[in-house]
Amino acid sequence: MRFLMKTDYYQDIRIFKYRSTFFWYVALIIGCLLLPKVVDEYLVSQFSFICIYAVAAVGLMLLTGFTGQISMGHAAFFAIGSYTSAILTSHGVPFLIALPASGLVAAIVGVIIGRPILHLTGLYLAIATMGAAFIIEEILVRWESLTNGNMGFLVDPPVIFGFNFDTEASFFYLSLLVLALTLLLAKNILRSPTGRAFIAIRDSEIAAEAMGIDLPNFKTQAFAISAFFTGIAGCLYAHKIMFINPESYTIVLSIELLAIVIIGGLGSLHGAVFGSMFFIFLPQLIIISKDYLPTFIQDQTGLQPALFGLLIVLVMLFEPMGIYGKWLKTKFYFEWFPLYKKDSFKREKKYQKAERH
Amino acid sequence: MAFFQAQDISISFGGVQALNRVNFTVNQGEIFSIIGPNGAGKTTIFNCINRFYDLTGGVFLLEGKSISHAKPHDIADLGIARTFQNIELFKNMTVLDNLILGRHRKRRSNIFTEMLFIKPVRLQEIRSREKAEEIIDFLDLEAHRDQLVVNLPYGVQKTVELGRALAMEPTLLLLDEPTSGLNMEESEDLAFWLSDMKEELGITVIMVEHNMRFVKQTTDRVLAIDFGQAIVEGETNEVLTNPDVMRAYLGEENVCNA
Ligand SMILES: Nc1ncnc2c1ncn2[C@@H]1O[C@H](COP(=O)(O)OP(=O)(O)OP(=O)(O)O)[C@@H](O)[C@H]1O
Ligand SMILES: [Mg+2]
Repeated sequence: MRFLMKTDYYQDIRIFKYRSTFFWYVALIIGCLLLPKVVDEYLVSQFSFICIYAVAAVGLMLLTGFTGQISMGHAAFFAIGSYTSAILTSHGVPFLIALPASGLVAAIVGVIIGRPILHLTGLYLAIATMGAAFIIEEILVRWESLTNGNMGFLVDPPVIFGFNFDTEASFFYLSLLVLALTLLLAKNILRSPTGRAFIAIRDSEIAAEAMGIDLPNFKTQAFAISAFFTGIAGCLYAHKIMFINPESYTIVLSIELLAIVIIGGLGSLHGAVFGSMFFIFLPQLIIISKDYLPTFIQDQTGLQPALFGLLIVLVMLFEPMGIYGKWLKTKFYFEWFPLYKKDSFKREKKYQKAERH
Repeated sequence: MAFFQAQDISISFGGVQALNRVNFTVNQGEIFSIIGPNGAGKTTIFNCINRFYDLTGGVFLLEGKSISHAKPHDIADLGIARTFQNIELFKNMTVLDNLILGRHRKRRSNIFTEMLFIKPVRLQEIRSREKAEEIIDFLDLEAHRDQLVVNLPYGVQKTVELGRALAMEPTLLLLDEPTSGLNMEESEDLAFWLSDMKEELGITVIMVEHNMRFVKQTTDRVLAIDFGQAIVEGETNEVLTNPDVMRAYLGEENVCNA
């Protein structure tokens, strides 16, 4: 009897609760591995960008989606990752060391930035992180001896044990591997005490404190781990586009990352990936579908950004839980097919919100 | 030595003297109630114990040692758990996860070992789950185990909050209006659990409560306060029948008429 219960707990802490889920993930990975064989080089390169953005988005998701701390400065950590790896590899440091190092440097800067401002909440924190990012952007421009300033920096493709990842396919496999590892590490954190502490802080700071969660400490950890993954993504990005300068890392990138996690669905790792796909693919889809539209629409300038903007508005209007929310509902619909009720996902509206505790 | 003591505690918010030199003593293993009209300062006492607010004067002593310099998160480590007047659960988590969060102070892992989910972390997770299941059994929460807290009725949420506090394995439990919003049946259950907690787990309980019947039924000793001042402290019956207490609750005229 006792023994039976124990095997139950093991089931509880597994990543894949059901064998079928595991099967689907294996199928997904095989599908990804076959991708470069079936689509053209340009699309493969877009898939690499999806992976890179998804790694950064996982980082931001941990901070904003799970810990509830909004950052509008993640471009800075992305930039630090890029520059760390660019500088290290240009001095002959192997990529395999430069990759974690770029995450680490970003994490350290994350702690330095996060620590003094993490008692701020909501929009105030967002603005403070934005300010910190401006400082870092400025440093990248001014510290010319290290960064080449606005002239920019040439970066080589990654080389691991003599193997050069200079084709689109090989780079895609590398990014996919990094994304898979990132997701695994993030998932492990989330199913452990630290991850639960993050979510607790998001849902109720005072209850979290009463549980013994050290708020400054855990918020700092959230900043650090978030910056770490974003830095890793920055490193991949640098080696993908092979030329970096500070202009690639402005507030626009910070906002894009924030948009990705919100569109994808705050509070889910799936959301980070879905959001990145939406963000990279949609503009492509718009370009492709343009050919099928009537000519007078085709000829409109600025059509693509406008359509993209419109789609973002529509997602926010009709699916505030993001793409992941939609995904859950669709899955639920099929699993419960004849029994599906439209209100299954409706939350009760609660009007009482206490200010005192 | 007294288990828990408040000595001359005072605090004011701007012009409001929310607590004014209040004293009380709680013995090991007893259920102690704090009563008083709305705005008397009852919740403020809890918030000061939790170190959410700094006392302007006086100290709290736990087993003779002052806790007034601890950080808010250290209070849990001292074995003090609490529930809130307006339920402060982690709303977007399941009941089980809320209970497991109560285990936070028992954690021996850090973010690095957790990232790799190595064996000690796995074992720790399993132990947390065993403990959570015990509490689910104790409080009859099986039916709600994997539900999100937001979707639960009020009474069940209150029970989950109690469960989360119990998961911390506290020696001192602070309950802020545990019966408010509960129906008769749920209050009966709560009274039953309270006596179990006292007899079997040896937990000392301080609760703030408006329901006098419930206080009479469950409590060993009572402190009555009004406008931040202690009126009287003593045996339950003694305090509940004290004319000053009745006056504070009912107003001057009503006592004369009664
Ligand atoms: N954070 C705060 N800032 C300002 N005033 C406060 C604060 N917290 C409490 N007070 C004031 O202190 C007094 C006591 O409040 P408290 O919440 O302790 O009352 P209570 O006895 O718990 O009442 P109730 O039965 O309504 O819960 C009230 O006058 C309240 O307005
Ligand atoms: Mg109160």
